[in-house]
Amino acid sequence: MITWLTDPFTLQFMQRALLASLIVGVLCSVIGTFVVLRAMAFLGDALAHAILPGVAIAYLLGANLLIGALVAAILVAVGIGVFSRRGGLKEDTAIGILFAAALAFGVLLMSTVRSYATDLTHILFGNVLGVSVADLWLTGILAVIVLTVLIVFFKEFQLASFDPVLAHMLGKRPETLRFAMLILLALTIVVGLQTVGVGLVAAMLVTPAATAYLLTRRLAAMMAVSAVIGAASSVAGLYASYYLNVASGAAVVLIATAAFLLAYIFAPRRGLFARRALRRAA
Amino acid sequence: MSAATAAAAACLLLEDVTVAYGGRAALEGVTMSVPHGAQVAIVGPNGAGKSTLFKALVGLLPVRSGTMLLSDRAPGKHGDTIAYVPQREEIDWGFPVTVHDVVMMGRYGSLGWFHRPKAADREVVARCLDELGIAELERRAIGELSGGQQQRVFLARALAQEPHVLLLDEPFTGVDVGAREALLTLLDKLRGRGITVLVSTHDMETAAQRFELTALLNRRLIAYGEPATVFTQEHLSEAFGGQALFLGGMAVIDQCCEGHLGDGEGHGHSHEPPVGP
Repeated sequence: MITWLTDPFTLQFMQRALLASLIVGVLCSVIGTFVVLRAMAFLGDALAHAILPGVAIAYLLGANLLIGALVAAILVAVGIGVFSRRGGLKEDTAIGILFAAALAFGVLLMSTVRSYATDLTHILFGNVLGVSVADLWLTGILAVIVLTVLIVFFKEFQLASFDPVLAHMLGKRPETLRFAMLILLALTIVVGLQTVGVGLVAAMLVTPAATAYLLTRRLAAMMAVSAVIGAASSVAGLYASYYLNVASGAAVVLIATAAFLLAYIFAPRRGLFARRALRRAA
Repeated sequence: MSAATAAAAACLLLEDVTVAYGGRAALEGVTMSVPHGAQVAIVGPNGAGKSTLFKALVGLLPVRSGTMLLSDRAPGKHGDTIAYVPQREEIDWGFPVTVHDVVMMGRYGSLGWFHRPKAADREVVARCLDELGIAELERRAIGELSGGQQQRVFLARALAQEPHVLLLDEPFTGVDVGAREALLTLLDKLRGRGITVLVSTHDMETAAQRFELTALLNRRLIAYGEPATVFTQEHLSEAFGGQALFLGGMAVIDQCCEGHLGDGEGHGHSHEPPVGP
């Protein structure tokens, strides 16, 4: 049993994969609590796809794909913020427009290259087994930045998410905080690209946090539980990928989804059974 | 600002104030002044601009023209000194916060961006929880509470801000008689502390009996002053139009379903006090 557990990690690329998976699992799940509570799931999805042109440009220039993704994500986050605030458009409309435009631009760029297949498939679906040491450093640094900002300004983010009116009255600038959250989300998505890929990063932003929502009654606890679920799903997904020879990103998301379904049915307060029992008692 | 001028000046001063909401004027040419420590009920039909007035006061909606001063300062420049309790449907009751968390938010204005709540803040929170009689609910999630308890949580949060002015948006709507009485008792206590209170309400009976000043609003300020001079047949007709019905010295206001008077079902009739001269 022990060797079954340790065996995969005698290989160096598997050690890197484990570390990257853990970082991404924790990071996505923690910031995901705000994505879930502020109903930003569509935004997360859009940001993830909008990263494509940045990756394509970086690929064409022979630059680091993650840096291309990072620049694109921040530009799109800024664009959504500006259009929805200044242009008087509803945020989801602004997101929809930018999402479609960026995706189309990405596909347009990709279609000019003949041999993009492998690398871009990895960006789309993740390739945690191919994480380099440099990627790991970038992932780690971005994760530390995002988590530090979230922890230092925890009370501000909590207030602005729960009651933007009070945040405004107390001079806590909910607009600035929303903008900061967009940037942090963009950074997180870039980090998540490596392991689960564009297509699945939105799921990692939402699923563990939604599971934690069902199990907790305080924001800090929700973040902690979400982080544990995200980390556990990531590691379990990696084992599944090693022993069953399946795509790791997909395995991670499906394991997180299984955890969500269990919580949805059995959660003590908000689960299906608990709510049914409550209704019967009432 | 010296204490003498503060005492002399009105707490809340509106001069020909117009506030637009989505391009349409929701309040027009409102002029009124509220003395320090007064408790005012703002009464009017749905869409009369009661909430708009509050949102303009806290700086959420811009004042298009006119002057609005609270304790000699423009809206949005008050920080802690104004506390606002929103209507209950504006609150996300599913958000994972406990009663203690919510009341502590009232302290955030006095805390810097990098500071965590201190012992003094926790003392204020404990005192406010006690005052509202919800200390034993401290660890509960807000979604698990009854409507009356939820309202007390937000009142406790407002008090934790240690405000000079308290704005309550429709606090008598959707709570039972016990919660209503508890709120009125609290307002009596606040009167002794010199906190100016503005309450928006549909409940004209409470407005007439428990408030020294009432303002009757329907986009314009129709009448303002002591309830007996405000709730006259003439003023009520002007405020409520076809929704007001007068029966032998009693006013009956149909406040449900604007524009559907007389379709025979689902009307919430509120019986009002005798109409003044």
